[in-house]
Amino acid sequence: MQVYLPIAEVSVNAFLLLGLGGIVGILSGMFGVGGGFLMTPLLFFIGIPPAVAVATEANQIVASSFSGVLAHLKRKTVDLRMGTVLLIGGLVGAALGVVVFNYLKAQGQVDLLVKLCYVVFLGVIGGLMFIESLNAIRKTKSGKPPARKKHNWIHGLPFKMRFRVSGLYISVIPPLLVGVSVGILAAIMGVGGGFIMVPAMIYLLGMPTKVVVGTSLFQIIFVTAFTTLLHATTNFTVDIVLAVLLLVGGVIGAQVGTRIGVKMKAEQLRILLAIMVLAVCGKLALDLLLMPSELYSVGASDGH
Amino acid sequence: MRALVLVFALIVALPAAAEDIVLGLSKDTVSINTSFDGSEILVFGAVKREAPIPDDPRLQVIVTVAGPDETVTVRRKEKVLGIWVNTDAVEIDRAPSFYAVSTSTALGLSLSNTEDLRHRVSIPRAIRSVGAPDTIADATRFTDALIRIKSRSNQYQLNEGTVSVDEQTLFRTAIELPAALTEGDYETRIFLTRGGKVVSKYQTSIYVRKVGLERWLFKMSRENALLYGIMSIGIAIAAGWAASAVFRIFRA
Repeated sequence: MQVYLPIAEVSVNAFLLLGLGGIVGILSGMFGVGGGFLMTPLLFFIGIPPAVAVATEANQIVASSFSGVLAHLKRKTVDLRMGTVLLIGGLVGAALGVVVFNYLKAQGQVDLLVKLCYVVFLGVIGGLMFIESLNAIRKTKSGKPPARKKHNWIHGLPFKMRFRVSGLYISVIPPLLVGVSVGILAAIMGVGGGFIMVPAMIYLLGMPTKVVVGTSLFQIIFVTAFTTLLHATTNFTVDIVLAVLLLVGGVIGAQVGTRIGVKMKAEQLRILLAIMVLAVCGKLALDLLLMPSELYSVGASDGH
Repeated sequence: MRALVLVFALIVALPAAAEDIVLGLSKDTVSINTSFDGSEILVFGAVKREAPIPDDPRLQVIVTVAGPDETVTVRRKEKVLGIWVNTDAVEIDRAPSFYAVSTSTALGLSLSNTEDLRHRVSIPRAIRSVGAPDTIADATRFTDALIRIKSRSNQYQLNEGTVSVDEQTLFRTAIELPAALTEGDYETRIFLTRGGKVVSKYQTSIYVRKVGLERWLFKMSRENALLYGIMSIGIAIAAGWAASAVFRIFRA
């Protein structure tokens, strides 16, 4: 069944979109990430204009993360205070990101930037996660207890604040900075930033893992909602028909994915996620490195 | 969509030339709704004359359909520091978003170069590109690239020999409109030529419009962008909540 998308102005197969949403939903349900970092390149591949893919994906992440946060609120695994600090940083970052995005779009380099961002971040995160989970598997096999980080330079910063749910008493500067960087990424790449936010909260802020996912999702809702609004009012690139098709598949897939995820070990999940992330990264890197079959591209000239 | 709703628009042209065109379109309005998947328009007509049919040269018919003009930028990738980046860009001032030329014989045979120049019939002539930056020597390559890319997605079509002409009087052809179609008035022209010269010309419009939900959403996204954004978020929140609620019912 073909559906004509009013904003993207292309006709796409509805079942293909439902399927894509479903598959990415399964993965995000399994791994606890938004899934935007996979969905946006997939949308590029099926011919959605990049600007529309990025803006619409932000809207879809609002749906999946809101659903996720409701479940976490019930289990009281959301640090609302930490979430709010991350959010303030995130909103600043999202506004900066949209400015950068619009500037690059005018320069014709938006494709390049989005792809470069993907390659660099997917490569770094995927690589680190792969090494970390390999080590974790090795350690559990040899029976050594995992090492716990104590104090580092982050604890020397001023403006300290108590985060009760996380059991932390740290400066607000690191969470603010983490928020800003994730906000910029969300706006430029159309991702919720969960796959960067989660490691940053665990490794940089030292938050307990059980509150990390819920807190990350809590602030992602607001950042992506804000990003959606900015894209809708400045670029007119949010395609609501595309968003609905994706999120229907996504929420169904997420249910299935969560059930699969429960049955797997944490290290196995992380290593699978790392391999998947590296595969996407490799594909995009090849696109940049190999000579394209068509050297020319056609775009609107004044940003409409 | 392909079912031809025969909305006849028979219009008689002014009897100024010796041979006049009487035209019919299978439909003069194309509605883009949610299930829009391309469309086909039947262009047909007759040649009206007061005098007997001139013997030589034979009558040829050319039909063109042009979508609304756009200003587009064509960019070229080059390898910089090992990666492929957009470097040179040429702005093309006027390029139709859609352009189809259908002819009764090879375009070169039915239309002379000067007539093509005057009436802007062939695809390269329908595109107007002036003022490429001085730094780019091979500006025509950018126009060629535009035609190549648009032809691949069926947005530029040269259909030679697809207009059938009976007894030098009746003609008909079908124009395929692709699924990725923009809104606007599609200028439709019919030329009668003899020996490469245009002997008669007729012009009308096909109206392509988004309708229903498509129209409403598109209009809203432009005119009430803030409300549209809020609505998008509202739908996302509602869907997220609904999924969580359904999930809870399944668990319980």
